[in-house]
Amino acid sequence: MSERAAKVTQADEEAQDDDQITDSAAPDAAQEADAGSETTPAPVTSGAEAVVRALENAGVEHAFGVQGGAIMPVYDALYDSEIYHVTMAHEQGAAHAADAYGIVSGKPGICLATSGPGATNLVTGLADADMDSDPMVALTGQVPTELVGNDAFQETDTTGVTTPVTKDNTFSSDSDTVGSDVSEAFALAGEGRPGPTLVDLPKDITNGETDHEPDAPSVPETYEVQERADEEIVAAAAERIENSNRPAMLLGGGVIKGEASEACREFAIEHEIPVITTMPGIGAFPEDHELSLEMAGMHGTGYANMAITHCDTLIGIGTRFDDRLTGGIETFAPDAELIHVDIDPAEISKNIHADYPLIGDAATVVEQLAEAVDESPEATKWRAQCQQWKSDYSMAYDAPEDEPLQPEFVVEALDEATDDDTIVTTGVGQHQMWACQYWTYTEPRTWVSSHGLGTMGYGLPAAIGARIAADDDQDVVCFDGDGSFLMTLQGLSVAVRENLDITVAVLNNEYIGMVRQWQDAFFEGRHSASDYHWMPEFDKLAEAFGAAGFRIDDYDEVADTIEEALSYDGPSVIDVHIDPEANVFPMVPSGGDNGQFALTEDQL
Amino acid sequence: MKRGLEGPPPEDRPTPAGRRNKQGIRIDPEVEATHEPRRTVISALVAHEPGVLSDVSGLFSRRQFNIESLTVGPTKDEDRARITVVVEEPDPGIDQIKKQLRKLVPVISVRELEPDAMQRELALIKVDADDPAQVSAVADMYDATTVDSSPETATFEITGARQKIEAAIDTFGQFGIREISRTGTTALARGTEETAAAVNATESTATEANHDETYQTANDD
Ligand SMILES: Cc1ncc(C[n+]2csc(CCOP(=O)(O)OP(=O)(O)O)c2C)c(N)n1
Repeated sequence: MSERAAKVTQADEEAQDDDQITDSAAPDAAQEADAGSETTPAPVTSGAEAVVRALENAGVEHAFGVQGGAIMPVYDALYDSEIYHVTMAHEQGAAHAADAYGIVSGKPGICLATSGPGATNLVTGLADADMDSDPMVALTGQVPTELVGNDAFQETDTTGVTTPVTKDNTFSSDSDTVGSDVSEAFALAGEGRPGPTLVDLPKDITNGETDHEPDAPSVPETYEVQERADEEIVAAAAERIENSNRPAMLLGGGVIKGEASEACREFAIEHEIPVITTMPGIGAFPEDHELSLEMAGMHGTGYANMAITHCDTLIGIGTRFDDRLTGGIETFAPDAELIHVDIDPAEISKNIHADYPLIGDAATVVEQLAEAVDESPEATKWRAQCQQWKSDYSMAYDAPEDEPLQPEFVVEALDEATDDDTIVTTGVGQHQMWACQYWTYTEPRTWVSSHGLGTMGYGLPAAIGARIAADDDQDVVCFDGDGSFLMTLQGLSVAVRENLDITVAVLNNEYIGMVRQWQDAFFEGRHSASDYHWMPEFDKLAEAFGAAGFRIDDYDEVADTIEEALSYDGPSVIDVHIDPEANVFPMVPSGGDNGQFALTEDQL
Repeated sequence: MKRGLEGPPPEDRPTPAGRRNKQGIRIDPEVEATHEPRRTVISALVAHEPGVLSDVSGLFSRRQFNIESLTVGPTKDEDRARITVVVEEPDPGIDQIKKQLRKLVPVISVRELEPDAMQRELALIKVDADDPAQVSAVADMYDATTVDSSPETATFEITGARQKIEAAIDTFGQFGIREISRTGTTALARGTEETAAAVNATESTATEANHDETYQTANDD
């Protein structure tokens, strides 16, 4: 043990002297009774063991976290567990990794942190998961109950701090029920509209003796989820669809979380309805399908934005109509009657009034709609119009050999070099938008990004979580910006230690590019604090961490270097020096009219 | 500062004539164009557990709902508490409040009370008592009970609808008011109707989904 670690432990022990409970007879007897049976695990003897047992009962296989004084009892119990714990370099990384794990696997990802600074470091990741409705459970250590409220060493009011950014949180106050608190948090994270939950674990509660086995994961009685939508409204919506001439489907992240991609695909294809996705909805519908118009919104395709602006019936599924999607409310789908499918009643008419509110599980409601719609809408002209827009506003770019490397080219090259089921994670900024626009997504759960919160630094830890959740033969590629990467690149140490096969492409423009783009457009090109000319050489930095480092400066290096990086068995980082002036188009200025997207700088 | 995409510029594109209002409602004769704020009472039955009040009040502040008063107290069931919130919002906002409240895990049920629901508030009013006879005449007028008196001051307790308390405060004003403490409104539905009982999720969400019901502004009696 290092000197510092020894000191922390000592301090903690002192703080705890008073509440050590000493009654060890019962658990010993229980353990003996069970000895010899391999299948039945030993009975729990402490709150911490109950916590770990609750995770095991829930089928948890992996967890991400960082050790610390207040969470030590839980880690001690993990020591004997089959759960594989990935030690992260920073708790923010643990939260993002758990979040990405949840997106890719569909089951809540688990992250652990100690009290105080550990817990506060999780906050960004919790807020991120909350905005994107990603299933995740955070377990935080807390100072012993009797010190709570006294500003004890490493104390923070964690439930207070995280209430606005979690679906639900609990302060555990009894060793006998702490395991059930965790089971319930797990169930709540995944059920209905998913989201992050948190259980705060005071050290005396986890250290405390108990022989209570945790309950099976289940949500509290007061939590109700409606699965099927009201049949009458379904019938009315079906009639509206049949009679529409300009229908469009808008698939949001809820389609993916609700495993409704298949049902939506069948419905759209059977009735030949053009499909638009939101950013979190990417992958819900194959982007190489004729009916796909790809993503709408601020940096959505021109054709998606034209279609969403001109449709007469919009079938929005699992979307919360974020302002990056809608632009100005006044001009959003102004002619459309909205059929809104969502499992969360509070999403109905929150931002855009729903003419046909369909509350329920996305997959179930789309099946209900599929049964209710007898005739396909007559929309031949509309489909032709959408195809016309697709060619008018195609996402083509110029890549002259004698000019600096264009980022779109790099995204496309990586897409071509990898399989369809490759998982893409990103940071936040221009690179994220190019990764949306120029990669062709065909499968759900292959696009892992920070949508609602827009968290720079999400990409690398998300790649770590995604890698651990993904199938072995699935590739994981992270597109990062130089600024974003710099925020969490200490995660490389984790990737190296765990030998995670991920490929990070840093689209390096030596700017925090998205900010530079806005400054050029709206602040007369005054590059206040956006010029990052002091960027490290990321390939060398990767090597310093023990990862493989590559560098690309020009077109003729792209294919070979990508090939090499992808075939490297372990983490690799490609420092891709792109055109520093490259900008993202199309663009709807914030609050603008989606149909008025700019294609060039001078249209802004 | 360079490059862009090909395609017809904004001015060459068709734009639909329709529009929505700020609340995302399409502006057409059949649906209202604007919604004025109205005052209403929302009652929530919640699990009587630590943190539930901060969950509720935090929700109001972070979603910027305009809250007039919030009271909380135990019910006949010791595991349940009742929270009564008076809000002033346009209809879609009131709807959001109900739905967002319902989402909190410790919240069991949420109801918007009929405008004629019984609404009461308690106020303590401490006034200068230079003219005891006159002060006591005013107190009688409002059924106020004297709870404390000293040579210089008199403190009254008044219970009633908000308007009554406001009127009393106005009238007492002539003597010089030293301090006021008010509880905010608490309320119950009239007759056999339950104020906020647990309801079946399917039933409640289908009707509440889209503020199809028409409510009026609460009329304190
Ligand atoms: C944590 C955090 N801080 C600040 C921002 C604001 N922000 C949005 S995009 C951006 C620039 C990102 O730069 P970079 O990662 O280099 O990516 P690029 O845009 O150049 O591709 C910034 C600063 C943010 N989204 N997240």
